[in-house]
Amino acid sequence: MSDLLIHSEPYYEAVGDEIAIFEAAWKNALPVLVKGPTGCGKTRFMEYMAWRLKRPLITVSCHDDLTAADLVGRYLVKGGETVWVDGPLTRAVRSGALCYLDEIVEARKDTMVVIHPLADDRRSLPMEKLGAVLHAPAEFGLAISYNPGYQSVLKDLKQSTRQRFVALEFDYPDATLERRIVARESGLDDATAERLVRFAQLTRNLKGNGLDEGASTRLLVHAGKLMASGITPVTACQSAIAQALTDEPDMLVAVQELASSLF
Amino acid sequence: MADSAQLQTQITAQLDQWLETEFTFLKVEAVAAQLAALPALQRDFALDWIRRIAATHITLAWQFAQRAADLLARMETELIVAWATHACDTYDRAGLQAALTVIHEVEQFDRIRYAHQSGVFFDDLAPVLSSFLRGLSGRALKLGKSDASWTDSESVYLPTITARFADRSDNFALAKCQVVLRWAETRFGSLRPDLVTLFADYPDPAHAAQQFHALERLRLSARLSNEFPGLGRDLQRLRQQSGSLLTPVWSDWARQLVQPEARVETSLALLPAAYAHPVLSDDPFMGELRPQAVAAIKAARRDRDKARLRVALAQLASELKPQRTRSPNQATFQAEVHEEGPHLDLQLTLDGIPIAPPAEVRQLALSVHLDFGDIPPEYLVAAGDGEYDTRQLGEQGDPSSVWQGTYHEAGATLFPEWDHARQLYRKNWCVMREAPVKQGDPAFVTQTLVRHAPLVAQLRKTFAAMQSVDRRLKRQSEGDEVDLDALIEALADIHDGREMTDRLMVRRERADRDIAVAFLVDMSGSTRGWINEAEREALVLLCESLEKLGDRYAIYGFTSLTRKRCEIFPIKRFDEVYDTTIQARIAGIEAQEYTRMGFAIRHMTAELTKVAARTRIMINLSDGKPDDYFDGYRGPYGIEDTRMALIEARRAGVHAFCITIDREARDYLPRLYGPARYVILDDVRQLPRKTADTYRKLTT
Repeated sequence: MSDLLIHSEPYYEAVGDEIAIFEAAWKNALPVLVKGPTGCGKTRFMEYMAWRLKRPLITVSCHDDLTAADLVGRYLVKGGETVWVDGPLTRAVRSGALCYLDEIVEARKDTMVVIHPLADDRRSLPMEKLGAVLHAPAEFGLAISYNPGYQSVLKDLKQSTRQRFVALEFDYPDATLERRIVARESGLDDATAERLVRFAQLTRNLKGNGLDEGASTRLLVHAGKLMASGITPVTACQSAIAQALTDEPDMLVAVQELASSLF
Repeated sequence: MADSAQLQTQITAQLDQWLETEFTFLKVEAVAAQLAALPALQRDFALDWIRRIAATHITLAWQFAQRAADLLARMETELIVAWATHACDTYDRAGLQAALTVIHEVEQFDRIRYAHQSGVFFDDLAPVLSSFLRGLSGRALKLGKSDASWTDSESVYLPTITARFADRSDNFALAKCQVVLRWAETRFGSLRPDLVTLFADYPDPAHAAQQFHALERLRLSARLSNEFPGLGRDLQRLRQQSGSLLTPVWSDWARQLVQPEARVETSLALLPAAYAHPVLSDDPFMGELRPQAVAAIKAARRDRDKARLRVALAQLASELKPQRTRSPNQATFQAEVHEEGPHLDLQLTLDGIPIAPPAEVRQLALSVHLDFGDIPPEYLVAAGDGEYDTRQLGEQGDPSSVWQGTYHEAGATLFPEWDHARQLYRKNWCVMREAPVKQGDPAFVTQTLVRHAPLVAQLRKTFAAMQSVDRRLKRQSEGDEVDLDALIEALADIHDGREMTDRLMVRRERADRDIAVAFLVDMSGSTRGWINEAEREALVLLCESLEKLGDRYAIYGFTSLTRKRCEIFPIKRFDEVYDTTIQARIAGIEAQEYTRMGFAIRHMTAELTKVAARTRIMINLSDGKPDDYFDGYRGPYGIEDTRMALIEARRAGVHAFCITIDREARDYLPRLYGPARYVILDDVRQLPRKTADTYRKLTT
């Protein structure tokens, strides 16, 4: 477990009072729902909180084949014996870690069955195959993330699930903060970082008008890193941002033109 | 020589046929002689285009034919194609006179294009530049085509062709610069003063407008170069290339206007002096300023924006403070707009508490800010109950009123159509609207279910058996449970001294039927009576079956009366639940007008691609060939357009299938749907049974 402890402070800039809220929720054994568009710093925030609370962090990126057994654990056969192997959620509960289920709506619906009792005041994890119920220690914390930007009806969080969580809403930071983040993470100078942020705002204006999402802070950091390594700004924006946002040829040219106007 | 004479006769015969000389009395012999003298490749090219244009209009083709030989001698074929296409498009859009003008003005077209062969057409620019324009902050501007580059403060217009420079990329850059400059006029206050009144003080208002525009151009280019350095470089480069120079007095003014603190007032202060000077000639970016058009749009917008903003704020207030719903106008909103370079940011507070403004409020508040330079307090008073008639705020009226009085296309969806004779799409050709289905008597559904009771029972059973079932995969190396059979065998193997397998697990695999299907029902007049009833019965049985199966499905009907009146009837959308309303709609399906298939297929393709599903199917229930009233949508034209629409559907990943009762369909269906993608029923009465059955076969 100790290898999952985060020893050096991850860089995180608070946007509002999310740190205090998370801490209070954790102290009161309340699970947390982190909402927000992709690349706005949800995962980084979890790393920061794990460091701050000095708890190991177990992150599970959910995908559409992730089942309850993948989370809880399963029997494996080794040398003629069946051996029980804990899943990540069980390990987190046993060791009092923070368990972060990223993009929870992607997972199979049966995963909710194991999360529900863990997310209310029972704080228990039923392990059907072992015939046992695991009770979470006070240090255990559960957090899930969810991107409400998905339009699909299939990828919506049910009320019965969402009403168990304390919700923290994340959005892209404001321009000044975002500039500081981009500069700090990529090593760019302030002026170039500011241009990048301005470029991001232009792409965010296009959200819903041909783009599903504008450029996230993460993409800006990527572009910034390329630029810091000597790639020209326009090429960096093309490779790290425009191509990541869309495949549509006209849209690509339009985003590209925005980049070449700014730099 | 005999060959040449023969060739000429042959061409004359072809022209006679295409140009219908029997009725039009056109004298084609001279043209035939000219064409016969051309090299084979050019001759074929010319004849091909005469034929294709003749399919649009004979007079156009005749005018084209007369010029073809001469043009081929000096123009590149690519250019002639562009010109001919442009003429056909113009005919579609604006009629024969306008198209003839295009044909007659070939010299001008020739000059513009031939001078550099590098002009960029608006239609090629528009997809890119309209997104580009959206990306810029402030009011969401539309991009439109006009005779010059100008803006009315809600749309930015560009000319049909931008061809000032010898290089294509320069022309693109020029169009881009013009778009940004026009945007800057709305963003940085050029249009904020009451220009019409200001210019009216001068003896020649048009000259005043021009000079003011030139001053603003200088101010805005400086501002833009500062905010968008890349664009600044383009501006400078293109200006140098165009050789446009500032006279000393203009340079003097420019020095004042490039200061960061220069505002529109600076230009206005310089205007009396500038008025005495001649216009700044040959500036490539200038475009035009049309104060009257701006004033008209602004006047209309001010009240509308105010009303919409206040109503939106009232709604926001009642959402945030439900206890105040009775008097939302007591809520105190304050708004501040922050400018960070070109970016505008709205900060809104309600009773001193910052709130995140919804997109609509943001857009409206920024629009107001652009008009006034701030947001007047009276705009921030939430509207009281009944203060505005919300129906008047929307820009669309009752869609059916479109058919009364003069025709306009507001609120309709436009679809292209494939013209096989021309071998080109007719752009924005079909005007489609969604219309509600009249609700029928739901008793029809009960009757159908009773009449077909044995079939219904059988269908339900078959479809239930098709439901996605979880399969247990045995003997897997990974899985959720131990496979006891495999384990026992493995243990026995160990005792025998053999090597034990590691495939000892059971894995559950979900067989997801991830299917979305859209049924497209022919509601043309020919389905009246028997066929219509069979269609309705088929739909009822289908819904019953599909409800059992759980596949996502939608049902749409369609009909048309010329391209201007294409209608699609949503009977069941994908997100609607099959209930008595849907049943009543099915019962209410009525035979209407004609069968223009292309637009309906294109629309269904668009609807299907919006649904997240692994497999997308479109099933067409029809009773005959594509056919429409009066405007030539029949015979090969209709079939080829339908075929093109189906090819587009396939490209978009939609599997199309057809069930028809037209016995002659064997002649054309294979061309439309491919060899195995249709079913022809000999008897209408088979339709209810076969429809569900076909669907079952298609998806298992």
